[in-house]
Amino acid sequence: MADEDKREVDAYSGVDTTGHEWDGIKELDNPLPRWWLWIFYASIAWAVVYMVFMPAVPAPPGFDGHTRGLRDHSERANVAQAMNDLQAQRGPLFDRLQQAADTGGIEAIENDPELLNFALAAGESAFGDNCSTCHGRGAQGAIGYPNLNDDVWLWGGSFEAIRQTLHVGIRWEDNPDTRFSQMPAYGRDGILSREEISAVADHVMALADMIEPTEAGNTTGREIFELQCSACHGVNGLGDQTQGAPNLTDRVWLYGSDEAQIENTIWRGPYGVMPAWEDRLGEETITALAAYVYLLGGGERSAFSEAALDGAHQASEAGR
Amino acid sequence: MSAAAASNKTGFDASAMVVAGLLGLGALWSLISAAAGADAAIRVHAWVIGAGFLAGLFMMARIYGDGGLDNDKTQYNENVIKAGVIASMFWGVAGLLVGVIIAFQLAFPALLSFDAFPQLNFGRLRPVHTSAVIFAFGGNVLIATSFYVVQRTCRTRIAGGIWPWFVFWGYQLFIVVAATGYLLGITQGKEYAEPEWYADLWLTLVWVAYLLVFLATLMRRKEPHLYVANWFYLAFIVTIAMLHVVNNLAMPASLFGARSYSAFAGVQDALTQWWYGHNAVGFFLTAGFLAIMYYFIPKRAERPVYSYRLSIIHFWALIFIYIWAGPHHLHYTALPEWAQTLGMTFSIMLWMPSWGGMINGLMTLSGAWDRLRTDPVIRMLVVSVAFYGMSTFEGPVMSVRAVNSLSHYTDWTIGHVHSGALGWVGFISFGAIYCLVPWLWKRAGMYSKALIEWHFWIATIGILLYITSMWVSGIMQGLMWRAYNSLGFLEYSFVQTVEAMHPYYIIRGLGGVLYLTGALLMVWNVYKTIKGDVREKDEAVKPQSAAIQQPAE
Repeated sequence: MADEDKREVDAYSGVDTTGHEWDGIKELDNPLPRWWLWIFYASIAWAVVYMVFMPAVPAPPGFDGHTRGLRDHSERANVAQAMNDLQAQRGPLFDRLQQAADTGGIEAIENDPELLNFALAAGESAFGDNCSTCHGRGAQGAIGYPNLNDDVWLWGGSFEAIRQTLHVGIRWEDNPDTRFSQMPAYGRDGILSREEISAVADHVMALADMIEPTEAGNTTGREIFELQCSACHGVNGLGDQTQGAPNLTDRVWLYGSDEAQIENTIWRGPYGVMPAWEDRLGEETITALAAYVYLLGGGERSAFSEAALDGAHQASEAGR
Repeated sequence: MSAAAASNKTGFDASAMVVAGLLGLGALWSLISAAAGADAAIRVHAWVIGAGFLAGLFMMARIYGDGGLDNDKTQYNENVIKAGVIASMFWGVAGLLVGVIIAFQLAFPALLSFDAFPQLNFGRLRPVHTSAVIFAFGGNVLIATSFYVVQRTCRTRIAGGIWPWFVFWGYQLFIVVAATGYLLGITQGKEYAEPEWYADLWLTLVWVAYLLVFLATLMRRKEPHLYVANWFYLAFIVTIAMLHVVNNLAMPASLFGARSYSAFAGVQDALTQWWYGHNAVGFFLTAGFLAIMYYFIPKRAERPVYSYRLSIIHFWALIFIYIWAGPHHLHYTALPEWAQTLGMTFSIMLWMPSWGGMINGLMTLSGAWDRLRTDPVIRMLVVSVAFYGMSTFEGPVMSVRAVNSLSHYTDWTIGHVHSGALGWVGFISFGAIYCLVPWLWKRAGMYSKALIEWHFWIATIGILLYITSMWVSGIMQGLMWRAYNSLGFLEYSFVQTVEAMHPYYIIRGLGGVLYLTGALLMVWNVYKTIKGDVREKDEAVKPQSAAIQQPAE
């Protein structure tokens, strides 16, 4: 290959050149570095050994699709085995959790330390993977996504109500039993004018003691509120969990608490959606999740009714 | 004199007619698509494409109205290479800038996502970044250097009259079509092969022209042998043609629409895609840039290549083994295990063939190691080869299934890619450009050697920030994903791992800013050099005449 007659000796290294030259570039005739060659051979030998031990050759006759190798290795089988092992470890606890929840409710779970610990671990894990995207890592919520740590519940905060909400979702149209209600888009659909919405917002904010009552709020605002809003939110704005209508007096605002945000909420009529999780999570995971959310701190012992709240409200008014 | 000048022009020859015909057809297709395209995206996109074809026709009219292209057989064609150098720097800066933007979009997603401008979402900008740095910057560097190297090492003017120019401008058009398509949301969803069928067809034409120009020049050579750099360039051109055509086999939904359906589906599609994706790394970013190394290091260092035998063995080993290693991108997926074994074992066997190039690059410096101290361009080239060695060791390690179960889908992969991209591909390209600019524009040196030093150090620190932050972030991410508590539940939710990555994303962004800063210094330095403001003669720059040397008898 080399041009023998043009070979010369490189003065620095004392090695012959090959006799080729391109645009001033020559080549030395050094041999392959030994260490390089031996590592190359070793990597080839290693590859052959690996192929003997592991699945390697496709479609030889007499094999089930491919050679299995001396280790008879199958990742598919390994995963199935790992899932079975996990199931065997956790299955009994999930069964106990489900049974306790179905027969004794949240109290039965709270009274069994092992079960409580398990429910919290399972719930936290499921919450992190499925719920935290919207509700936040600490369930603290965000604009449009409720905080689950407080004691404000749109559709009820009892263990059973939370479980039900998780099962069927909120405004999740694929589920026939989903929790459903709809606030009209008063502005966008032309039901109320800008001025009227502003007056209603004044009235609502006065109900929550956030501003001093205004002239417009007390007249136009109150009139429209009683006509349009009170059917769901109640005359005093205390809300109704049976329709997912929020209490407007508790100063917890899902879509923001300043006047512009409240007016915008009335303008567009929010339509918050949560998926029905029964299609995606097993029954026992939903139970664990419900327990976890309930125990975040705001769970209600029993469902509140507007009448009870009304009474409480009047009592506090009287007390002032 | 005017008769002699006229005889050195091509005139409106058959090649020019074919190119004009292609441009005319393209313009016609664009017009129909813009007016009556099958979807809204193509009706916008066709305006961009049509403008490109019309600009091409306009340029041709001007050039051929003036007698055609220069065709002086006693001179090398350096103009097309000058254009390639400038295009490389333009796309390099553009690609790096988009990279910095998307790095900060990842670090501060709430601040830097723009609901009103879907064109600026991460999902659309990310392929703009990858295509701009790999295909626009890298591709232009490869085309420009290959046209330079093949002429010099074959001692002949590049073949084909208008065709080298068709390759250059056709490639720029492909880049613009691809990038504007991404912004419009036009994609076939294959990583590094996102452009839709019409862009793919155009690139196929350009690439076949590239192959023919290269082969014709090789056949006209005045040297008895082919230089090793040309083997690598040829392997790169041929293999990319094959990869591009196979992976992009698709049926357009409409001849005037932006949608197509791939010929592959499911796991076959995944395997085809990663056969393509991995070998784009192997033949575009490795073989092509090894060709650059094989010319520019010995040329600049004025030392012979270390071992001819090693170059032959590692060349054939590299191209034979690389092509099988793609399945290592699909470990622990639906891909059958035997195919994963194939990908992993061939990746391990690839280690030494890759290192053969490193050895030849580094050992060529023996006898000239002192140049590392005095010549920042040599230092850039050598550090580039060091990064090449590091990432071609890291690659086989990551292809081992047990390692991959930790590293896959994490930032470790991103760090690995960037040590190769910023360290190897970037630095060898910058080094080659610093060599080429004084040679092509006949200057005694670069405008400022100090600026090259600054470029080197700023960019090196940038690379180190980038890859170390991604190593830490990636390994942390992998460990967090696989952490279980005693009850068998995941220890961390996904969003916790995202939160934990935040500081490393900021460091990565800063690394990118440094790297971009270095590139901007280079652009300034090159601009001043071309303008003629060279401060002092650089002893490392040996003048390269445009006249073709006759063999010494």
